[in-house]
Amino acid sequence: MIKSADVVIIGGGISGVAIAYNLLKKGVKDVVVLEKNYLASAATGRCGAGIRQQWGTEMNCKLTKYSCEFFENAQEELQYDGDIEFKQGGYLILSSTEKEHEQFKKNIALQNSLGINSKLLNLDEAKEIVPFLNTEGLISATFHQKDGHLNPFHATQAYADAAKRLGAHIYTFTEVTDIMVEAGKIKGVRTTKGDISTNVVVNAAGGYSQLIGNMVGLELPVFSERHQILVTEAVEPILDPMVMSFSLNLYCQQVPHGGFIMGRGDAGEPRDLRITSGWHFLEEMTKTITKVLPPLREVRFLRQWAGLYNMTPDRQPIYGPVDEVEGFYLAIGYSGHGFMLAPATGLIIAESILGEETSLPANELHLNRFKSGNLIFEPSVV
Amino acid sequence: MKDNTIICRCSDLTLQDLRDLINKGYTSFDEIKRISRIGMGPCQGRTCMQMVLKELSIATGKPIAELAPGTFRPPVKAIKLGEIAKHALKGGELIHD
Repeated sequence: MIKSADVVIIGGGISGVAIAYNLLKKGVKDVVVLEKNYLASAATGRCGAGIRQQWGTEMNCKLTKYSCEFFENAQEELQYDGDIEFKQGGYLILSSTEKEHEQFKKNIALQNSLGINSKLLNLDEAKEIVPFLNTEGLISATFHQKDGHLNPFHATQAYADAAKRLGAHIYTFTEVTDIMVEAGKIKGVRTTKGDISTNVVVNAAGGYSQLIGNMVGLELPVFSERHQILVTEAVEPILDPMVMSFSLNLYCQQVPHGGFIMGRGDAGEPRDLRITSGWHFLEEMTKTITKVLPPLREVRFLRQWAGLYNMTPDRQPIYGPVDEVEGFYLAIGYSGHGFMLAPATGLIIAESILGEETSLPANELHLNRFKSGNLIFEPSVV
Repeated sequence: MKDNTIICRCSDLTLQDLRDLINKGYTSFDEIKRISRIGMGPCQGRTCMQMVLKELSIATGKPIAELAPGTFRPPVKAIKLGEIAKHALKGGELIHD
């Protein structure tokens, strides 16, 4: 194991490897990624891996537009020999309340002004995209063709392989047990495989980011929450877009392999690190999905699992350095949409560490917004 | 065993495919599952897992008992979404005889 590094990134999810790739591309020499299990073993590998540009704030539209365009070219840029399986079947977002429908109108106007060609659809138009959609109780939909989903394992591996070719040191099955801080400055990390001295540590530990924060004496304003998901057997392709609804609390996609992946949140989740499976989720999920997409009644489900959302008070990520500890950077608190932000995360954090002008509008995502009370109001977050 | 022996019947992976993945550096069942779909199909690893662990054991020199199998998750047997929804709509949760 390397003894010293320019930057040590904690967390081998897609954020961690994307940050490593961007740093190396910008010429940083010794970049280490530490992962206590294997790559994409936690939130990244457990998520729905959808990406949408249909957001309700200018910032999120711009960040996800950048990410989406990166993924469109990722196969070439990262020179991956596998397939990241980027399926751009669009996101069909359903409204079921008047309030939501009104919000959709505002979202579409905003998105269109930023070069995102989303459309507001009536229910007949929505049925042209998903003919078997049960429109009972629905009001309208929005659609954007360039949204879609990827294979999270391969997308992570693609970044990791590219980073390794540029010289990244990626250590899996290596857990960080402590972070050394002297006089308010980062000095190194202690792992189960040895110590590494460094002046820069990036916390990209997903659902465990608060534990990493504790290692430098910070109480970060985040908590983790279990979110469950299930997958069905593979059947013939019948569903192009990701179907989702904030008010109905669901998302459902058919991956290129043929299986349907679907999930929903549960307001009653305890705030801890449990990722066990629950029966209640299954009942609520199947009730909702078989109503909205009736043909799924006949599809068998194979497996349910769970992962952690790392939640912040405004459900927006926390990016950048912290005032309390010099050399400690945050790339945390994605609140369920870290995968789709990963290309933007990689660029933003690399620029932040190098003190470069930021090319994406992410300054308002600094930790200090919680001290100053400048929380972000994003109307279209799960 | 021939190298073209099918190890994963759900996703059509051969012994050669498996050995190639192990040679690439994947050393656990879960990693191989995520990158190749072994164990993700209708059998959920019930057919292939032991064979994968055996190959991993040979490659790593560790006894099978020391290798982590995948996590077993519900359901035990594939079941139609409509069947669960039907049960849920009747009141759901636990069934008491």
